[in-house]
Amino acid sequence: MGKGRNLPLTAYALGVYLFLFTPIVVLVLFSFNDSPRNFVWRGFTLDWYPVLFKDAHVLGALWISIQVAAIAVVGSTVLGTLLGLGLARLRGGFGGGIADTLILLPMVTPEVVMGISLLLFFALLFDAHGSILQIAISHIAFSISYVTIVVRARAVSLDPRIVEAARDLGSSPLSAFWHVTLPLLMPAVGAGAMIAFALSFDDLIITSFQAGPGSSTLPLYIYSRIRFGVTPEINAISTIIVSVTALIILVAWRIGAVKPAKPQPTI
Amino acid sequence: MMRARFRDGALLFPGISWLFVFFAAPLAIIFVVSLGQRDAYGGAILDKGLSFNNYLRALEPSFLPTVLNSLKYAVATTVLSIGISYPIAYWISRHGGSRKGLLLILVMLPFWTSWVIRTYAWMIILRDNGVLNGVLQATGIIHDPLILLNTDFAVVLGMTYGFLPFSILPLYVSIDRVDESVVAAARDLYAGPAQAFRHVTLPLTMPGVIAASLLTFIPAIGDFVTPDILGGAQTTTIAKVIQSLFLSARDWPFGAALGFLLILATIIGTVSTLRILRAEVIG
Repeated sequence: MGKGRNLPLTAYALGVYLFLFTPIVVLVLFSFNDSPRNFVWRGFTLDWYPVLFKDAHVLGALWISIQVAAIAVVGSTVLGTLLGLGLARLRGGFGGGIADTLILLPMVTPEVVMGISLLLFFALLFDAHGSILQIAISHIAFSISYVTIVVRARAVSLDPRIVEAARDLGSSPLSAFWHVTLPLLMPAVGAGAMIAFALSFDDLIITSFQAGPGSSTLPLYIYSRIRFGVTPEINAISTIIVSVTALIILVAWRIGAVKPAKPQPTI
Repeated sequence: MMRARFRDGALLFPGISWLFVFFAAPLAIIFVVSLGQRDAYGGAILDKGLSFNNYLRALEPSFLPTVLNSLKYAVATTVLSIGISYPIAYWISRHGGSRKGLLLILVMLPFWTSWVIRTYAWMIILRDNGVLNGVLQATGIIHDPLILLNTDFAVVLGMTYGFLPFSILPLYVSIDRVDESVVAAARDLYAGPAQAFRHVTLPLTMPGVIAASLLTFIPAIGDFVTPDILGGAQTTTIAKVIQSLFLSARDWPFGAALGFLLILATIIGTVSTLRILRAEVIG
C-alpha cells in the first residue's frame, strides 16, 4: 500500500500537465498560422519569423530587456550571494532574524505597490523617469531575495571546517572566500542568477511603472500590443523564447546545474 | 570569534543597505505622498498641509465594489490553486520515484516563459471564436459559442494558471518532508487511508498550505494585467485602479493611499504567519 500505483491520482496528474502545457502548445501552433488574425486557423506558414526579425520595435524592446536583465542579474547575484552566505554563517540570532524578515518582505509585497513606490522614489528624489538603469535597479530590489534564499540553502550545508582548513594553511579570508567558498557555492549562485534573469526578463508589473519613452521592455511592448490585437509575430517571438528557455533548463538539468529535488518556492 | 562574527555580519551590509534604500525607503515615500494633495498635473503637493483625506476617499461606499471584486478574484484563485496543487505535489512526492526531478522541471517549464505571453495564450483559447469554442463546436458538444473571455471565470483561470508554481513548490517541499513511516504508523494503528491523510499528512503539511496560500494570494491581489487582458476593460480591481491613477488618470496621492492600504493588509497577513513563512520559504 502507499508505494503502489494510484490510478485516479496519476490520471489527475496527467490532466494537470495537460492544463500546464495547453496554452504553450496553442501559442506555438498559432505562430505558424497563415492569418494576421490570431484566432482562427487558416493554414501553415513560416512567414511570421522573417517578419519578426525585421521588426525594429520588437528587436529594440528585446535589446532593452537584455540590457536590463544583464545589469539586474549581476547586481542581484552579487548582493544576494553575500547576503545568503552571511545569513547562513550567522544562523539566526537577533540580527539574522531581522535580516531574514527583510529578505522575505520583497517576496510578499504586491508588485503593484513596489512599482508605484519605486516610481515615486525615482520621480520625487531624482526626477528620474524611466532609464534602463532605473528599471534594472528596481529589478534588483525584488530579485535579491530569491538569490539569497537559494545561496543560503547551499551555504548552510557547507562544512565550515573546509574554510577553516584553508585559513589554517595560511590563506587570507578573501582568498579563502575566492578559492574555497565561492567554488563550492557556485551551483547555487548559478541557479540564483538564472532565477534573477527569468524574473527580470519576465517582469511586467513593476517595470510598467518605471519604463519611460524609449525604454519599453519586451513584456511591456507585448502587453501594449495585446490591447490593439496581436499578430502571430508575437507568437513567433514567444515560440523562440519558449524553445530557448526550455533548452537551457533541460540542458542545465541534465548536466546537474539545476537540482530540483529540494526546490525553493521560487519560479 | 567576535571578529569572525563581525565579518559575517559585514557580508550582509551591501544587500541590506540596498533593500533599505530601494525597497524600504520607497515604501515610506508612498505613505508620505498619500497624505498630500494632487497638483494640476496629477503629481503630489506636500507643502500645503498633510491629511488623511485620501484614505477617507478609499473608504467611501462607491469604492467598495472594487475592493470586493479584488478579494473575490484573489480568494478564488488561492482556493483553486491549492486545490489543484496539493494533489499534484503529493503525486510527484509519493509516486514520482526516480523521475521526481524531471516531473518538477516539467511543472516549472511553462513558468520560465513569459507571463504576459501565457496570459495572452488564454485569450486565444477563450475568445468567442477561439480554440476552446472551436473544439467544442467541432465535436458537437455545444452549438453556439460560450462567452468565456471577459468574464470572472477567465480572470480566475488566468491568475490560477499564472501563479501555480507559487503553490506547487512550497506544497511539494512540505509534503516531501513528511516522514512516510509516520503515515505507515497511523495505518498500522488501523487508520484508513483517508483518516491517515486527514489526521497525519494534512496537519503536518499545513504550514506548507499556509505559505502557498499567501504566496498565491499576494500576486493575485496585486495583479492588474490578468484582469485587464482576460477580464476586459470594464473589470475593476484595486490594482487596476492604482495603475490608472499613476499612469493615466494621474492622481498620485490617492493612488499612494490605496497602495499603502494594500501593503498594510499584506504586512498584517505576513506578520501573523511570519514564523511559518520563515520556516517554509527561507528554510
